[in-house]
Parts: sequence; structure tokens; C-alpha cells
Amino acid sequence: MINILKSFISKVLNNLFKKKKNVRLGLYGPPNGGKTTLANRICKDWLGEDMGDVSNIAHETREIQIKEQISIKSKGKELDFNLVDTPGIATKIDYEEFVKAGMKEKKAKQRAKEATKGIIDSIKWLDEMDAVIIVLDGTKDPYTQVNITIVGNLQARNIPVLIVANKSDLKKSDVKKVQAAYPQYSVIGISAKYGNNIDKFYEGLFAIAG
Amino acid sequence: MVTFQFVPYHEIEDLGSARRVKRLIDIVKQNKIVLLQGRLKEEEEADLIAIAMEEIKGKFKGIELAVINPEEKSKEGLKRLRSNFYNLVLGDRQGLTIIGPASIVKDIKKDPTKIELLTKEARNRRK
Ligand SMILES: Nc1nc2c(ncn2[C@@H]2O[C@H](COP(=O)(O)OP(=O)(O)O)[C@@H](O)[C@H]2O)c(=O)[nH]1
Ligand SMILES: [Mg+2]
Repeated sequence: MINILKSFISKVLNNLFKKKKNVRLGLYGPPNGGKTTLANRICKDWLGEDMGDVSNIAHETREIQIKEQISIKSKGKELDFNLVDTPGIATKIDYEEFVKAGMKEKKAKQRAKEATKGIIDSIKWLDEMDAVIIVLDGTKDPYTQVNITIVGNLQARNIPVLIVANKSDLKKSDVKKVQAAYPQYSVIGISAKYGNNIDKFYEGLFAIAG
Repeated sequence: MVTFQFVPYHEIEDLGSARRVKRLIDIVKQNKIVLLQGRLKEEEEADLIAIAMEEIKGKFKGIELAVINPEEKSKEGLKRLRSNFYNLVLGDRQGLTIIGPASIVKDIKKDPTKIELLTKEARNRRK
């Protein structure tokens, strides 16, 4: 009885003094779109440090990475969130691709195994997100089934989405094409690597997570 | 040779989500390409990908997936309402879902009027 009372009181107190819950902001998309590059850019801009490793070989990020308590400011407003960099989503993984990229067979198989787990985790974590940035490689076909499945799952869960058409520094990058594929969403063309248009991106974050 | 297996919607209609996904993956793992009448729920699509990941081992390297939805391109205003209404009445038996083993199907390109299924070259498959 005492215990019940205690827990009741602590619950009430907790609720009274609870700080506003931090928004959980996820990075999703197919491998190699530039999720981690963007996560690093955000962390560098607002915390002065990096978040994770970037590679031109797919599936560099194979575990969910969380950076807590990022606070960004734009036009006099402030937004606090926890940033979640995910391995992203793919429907297939072939270790032989890693071998072709120069990896030893054993290491390639290990990477493939970890990558499958990473994708499963990314899918599990969909439910935990308060808002999501979908990072697409603007030089690639935006209308792939993986992208559509990600968008559809977020929509089904009523999670706000901002789509980024990344790699705008490359000539082939085509924001208009990405926008045309997802007309019901706001699409912002950026270069996560070089920082092009990044202020517009931060403004966009306020719209989905603010 | 490539084998297709047609799965009419009523074959999965009464199954729970987990069993639906399992039924389809089991066919794909027999190296066949599934042609499913209609479409899965969004969450089932994600589950299908997760299960495919769990199953990756040896020759099985995952899946290629494509959902063809005739109303997709025109989801606006009245048409959207109408398609939502059809979805309500018909469940999700509209459209077509293609699921193939990634070792056979390299890519599925779709546009409103045609589906291109790019298969791996035979000599690749034989080795
Ligand atoms: N040119 C260019 N390359 C980029 C940009 N963003 C990321 N990349 C490159 O794309 C590759 C994949 O990036 P990464 O952040 O690891 O992608 P992730 O798998 O989505 O996390 C790396 O080689 C990055 O250097 C960009 O804005 N422009
Ligand atoms: Mg990454």
C-alpha cells in the first residue's frame, strides 16, 4: 500500500516537473544517400562535434546512433531534439558487393550480417520517431519502392516528414524530380557535404518538428 | 528459367499480417517471383523487408519489391476520395505487388504503363 502511494506521488511529481519531452528526429532513406553526412553537419553546426563515420561503401552505419539534446536556432526560434541516425532501409544485401569494393571476404560477410540487423532495427525504430528527415541522393531515381515504402510507413504512422534531395553540389542532382515524385511533401535540395542551402533545411526542420 | 507464382488476394485475405508475410517470403525463397493481386498494408511491406533481412543467408540475398497501384499517380481531391472508398470496399486488392529474389531480379522499374523486370544475366546465375 505504501509502495503504491509512493509510486503514485512520484508519478504526480514527475508529471508536474517534467521538462518538455525532447523531440526524437530520425534520419531515414536508402543506404548512401548521405544520412550520416547530414547528421555530422547538424552536429558540427550546433554542437561542434561529429556524429558518425561516412563511407562511399554502402552500409557504413549499421547501428542506430543517437545524439541527445541538440538545440538549433532559426529566426529567433529554438528547437530541441535528439537526433537518431539510422542505417536506413534496403531490401537486399550482397556481401559480394563489398568484396568488389575491395574488402576481404570474411570482413565483407561480417559487414553484410551487421547490415541486415541494422535494417531490421531501422524498421523497428520507425514507431519511436516524432519526426523524420528522409535523405535521398538527388542524383538517383527518387521513385524507388524502398523510398515509397519508407514514405508510406511514416504516413501510416502519422509521423511528419521532411524530404531532403541531397548532393546538390553534383550536376546530376535534381530537386525538381524528387519534388515531382513526392508532391505532398516539402522537398529541400541541399549538399550535406558542402553545406549548400543548409539554412533552408534548418527552417524546414521547424516546420515538421517545431 | 524464371518462374512466376500468382497469388490471388483471397489466399492471403484471412491471414494475419505475420502469416501473410511468411507465405510470400516462403515462395520467394523457392526462387520464384511472386505476383500478388493487390497490395500489402504499409506496415506489412516494412515487415516483409525485415523478414527478408532475417532470411539472408547463402544464396538468398534479399528481395526486389514493386507495388503497382493504378490510382497512385492521381491521388488528388475527388479521385483520392474515390480510391479511399474503393480501398474500403475492396480491401487492398487493387493493383499488383511483385516480389522477387534479389539473386534473380536485379531491378524492377515501373512507370504507369509498363513494368520492366531486369533479371540477372544467366551466366552470372550459373556460377
Ligand atoms: N557529392 C556529395 N557527396 C555526398 C554528400 N553527402 C554525402 N556524400 C557522400 O555519399 C557517401 C555516403 O554518405 P553517408 O553519409 O555515409 O550516407 P548514409 O549511408 O546515408 O549515411 C559518402 O561517400 C559521402 O561522402 C553531398 O552532399 N555531396
Ligand atoms: Mg550512415
